[in-house]
Amino acid sequence: MHLKRTTTLAALATACALPLAAQERRELIVYAYDSFVSDWGPGPVIEANFEAICNCDLTLVGAGDGAALLSRIRLEGTRSDADVVLGLDTNLTAAAASTGLFAPAPEGVPTPDLPIAWDDPLFTPFDWGYFAFVYDNTKLTAAPESLMALAASDTTVVIQDPRSSTPGLGLVMWAEAALGDEAPAFWEALSDNIVTVTPGWSEAYGLFLEGEADMVLSYTTSPAYHLIAEEDPSKSAAAFAEGHYMQVEVAGILAGSDQPELAAEFIRFIATDGFQSAIPTTNWMYPAFATETGVPDGFDTLITPDTALLLPAEEAEARRADAIATWRAGLAQ
Amino acid sequence: MARWPRPVTLLSVGAATLVVALTVGAVIPLMLSAEGAGRLVAADWAILRFTLFQAALSAALCTLAAIPLARALARRDFPGRSLVLTLLGAPFLVPVIVAVLGLLSVWGRAGWVSEITGATLDIYGLTGILMAHVFFNLPLVTRMLLTGWAGVPPEHLRLATQLGFTPRDIYTHIERPILREVLPGAALLVFLICLTSFSVALTLGGGPRATTIELAIYQALRFEFDLSRAALLSLMQLGLALTVALILLASGQRGAGGFGLSLRPQSIPKPRNPWIDRAAITAALAFLGLPMLGLISLGIPGMPDLPDATLNAALRSIGVSIAATLISCSLALAIAGGVATHRGRAALLGEGLVLIGLTASPLVIGTALFIAIRDFIDPFAFALPLTALVNATLGVPFALRILLPEVDRVIRTRGPLAQSLGLSRRLWLRRVLLPGIRRGLGLALGLVAAFAMGDLGIIALFGSTETETLPLLMFGLMGSFRTDAAQATGLILVLLTLTIFAIFDTWGRRAQH
Repeated sequence: MHLKRTTTLAALATACALPLAAQERRELIVYAYDSFVSDWGPGPVIEANFEAICNCDLTLVGAGDGAALLSRIRLEGTRSDADVVLGLDTNLTAAAASTGLFAPAPEGVPTPDLPIAWDDPLFTPFDWGYFAFVYDNTKLTAAPESLMALAASDTTVVIQDPRSSTPGLGLVMWAEAALGDEAPAFWEALSDNIVTVTPGWSEAYGLFLEGEADMVLSYTTSPAYHLIAEEDPSKSAAAFAEGHYMQVEVAGILAGSDQPELAAEFIRFIATDGFQSAIPTTNWMYPAFATETGVPDGFDTLITPDTALLLPAEEAEARRADAIATWRAGLAQ
Repeated sequence: MARWPRPVTLLSVGAATLVVALTVGAVIPLMLSAEGAGRLVAADWAILRFTLFQAALSAALCTLAAIPLARALARRDFPGRSLVLTLLGAPFLVPVIVAVLGLLSVWGRAGWVSEITGATLDIYGLTGILMAHVFFNLPLVTRMLLTGWAGVPPEHLRLATQLGFTPRDIYTHIERPILREVLPGAALLVFLICLTSFSVALTLGGGPRATTIELAIYQALRFEFDLSRAALLSLMQLGLALTVALILLASGQRGAGGFGLSLRPQSIPKPRNPWIDRAAITAALAFLGLPMLGLISLGIPGMPDLPDATLNAALRSIGVSIAATLISCSLALAIAGGVATHRGRAALLGEGLVLIGLTASPLVIGTALFIAIRDFIDPFAFALPLTALVNATLGVPFALRILLPEVDRVIRTRGPLAQSLGLSRRLWLRRVLLPGIRRGLGLALGLVAAFAMGDLGIIALFGSTETETLPLLMFGLMGSFRTDAAQATGLILVLLTLTIFAIFDTWGRRAQH
């Protein structure tokens, strides 16, 4: 009995002491997608680098995939503990902005190093990439050289569903931006190339690696993973004449943050080497701000599209429903 | 009979209410927090048609394939028969995405069959969906049919032998009644499971033609955050299930019985030629076993790459699974106690609960729970308990279906004696009821534990790095190019799931007769 009471008292004392300790050291809570936070993602390096300069605790919380992140923020609304959300892309930023939950981007962030001009008042880019069809260059020797050539060929592909995955939505927007009125014809012609449509990137890429299709919808940077991490030069991305649609991943501060200054500090940190140098070989994307060291060896072997395509966020949001309907109609033939 | 030894009715009502609240009730918070009324678009009707079509076809194929298999297993005894029966349970317990990769390693364009024959198989489309659905559900139907065969009184079989029944006579007088009784319920169960299929239908379906309602729910919640549309679609799915169930009940069918508890071979007069039965068993073993071998061959190369997080993730998964199992079986027992021995309305209620639980969308339940509790507690801090709770609810239909006939039997056969002896409720529960239903309880615990282990729907909504379970870890690995490690994680998940199922099931089978 005695022992029990002592334990309870000790527990109470600990519980009381905790908030005090927390007050001394500020805590920044950042929501990101799962693979960003994982042991092999950029999370651990970035956490260490930021904590070395901020005199704070950076807590990275993995909150599902890109689309799930936004759903989670909407579910939590103004009650959210999060200060910063990291990992939305330009297909989602218009919807994110319209929730009114995000605060303006802080002052003092340099101009990003992107193939397009960046003027979003709320969100700061942290990395970017081009969507591309990736193939095994030991098996497919003459890869198609345009979207239309792919659709006309008998090359098999695995793509993702735009209703459940961000790359899948990226391809739909790619067809919209590159082909416009020809998009319905493109989907109709592509439908016999498609082996299957998966719910997410992981399933599609897994099927491709198991040899289920000649090509998979992924990123121009995907071959860099195989080259650098696995020393396997057999994967290539096909360069398409119409240009490649971009994915720009962004971070934003929540208006309800209880640490607005620290959050602003973190957004400015995104533009520095401490963040950007971790991106290429952990997130396998291009850094959004120029780094001193540049991109690592192996990235120079990647294709660099001549034309970068990206619909402005509002336009992407406005055209999404119709574009998905076109996709469905074309593939249902 | 006086009120005793009927278990507390209040408890039963409470448990049933909880299940209904978490499943059907889940649409209420969605409706309340939605902005504007939900709408259905023309494309939804195409989705509805396809959903119904593939589910009906899957159910038909499963039941057709199960008849020769169950019949062969019922009348033949051979070395390793018991092992075959245990392994038959495996496909039903394997997480979907792992099983799909296993199926493709056999039937895919780069799979074993394509490699051996030199032809490039293309199973994507309806073929792939049906194949996967038969893979998952054939064992379930087979076990249900085996129970039917096991229920044939031995005197009938002796009589049949004495009268020199031909195989045709046996079919007419013994087998047809069994099939009539078990098949409609079994087919309904498979139909309902396939109705909510999402990953299988999409991954193997080949394109947007193969879209089920569950995907539309996913899209509404994840991308559009259209809560009222999600609620509407969820009601549509529920309504569909209940309509089909009502048609079945109206045609004079009762729901299927248990899940094959007594699986001893019966001395049914056998046809002379054993090859029909041998072929049925061999074909089933190949169809169900090869993809399992595929899983092993895919998983082993990645074993050295397993991340350190695997152990903790596995421990969390086991914890969630055991918690969900205990809650689920307690709820099912409480409900069964109230419904058992009742005929008519109460029995109908039991059936209704089973159907509702089977068609409720985990994503809808999860989101609704989130909205309902977010004002009071931090849902993410309770990610694991919430995952356990929702999985427990989703497990109730299966547990109930197994436990209901068992509880019913114990109360009918031993209730009056216990009452006349004046046993306390505690003694009745510990000394009579629980030992009496132990075999069924073991199977129920094992099934629910296996389901909860593979959960991805709920944990994907609430989970974060600190609460990562094994399926979530596997998806994280897949999403970061680490396919080998992901497949190794998948293999570990399968092995753990089978182990936890076997432990509970074996515990149940060791019951004294």
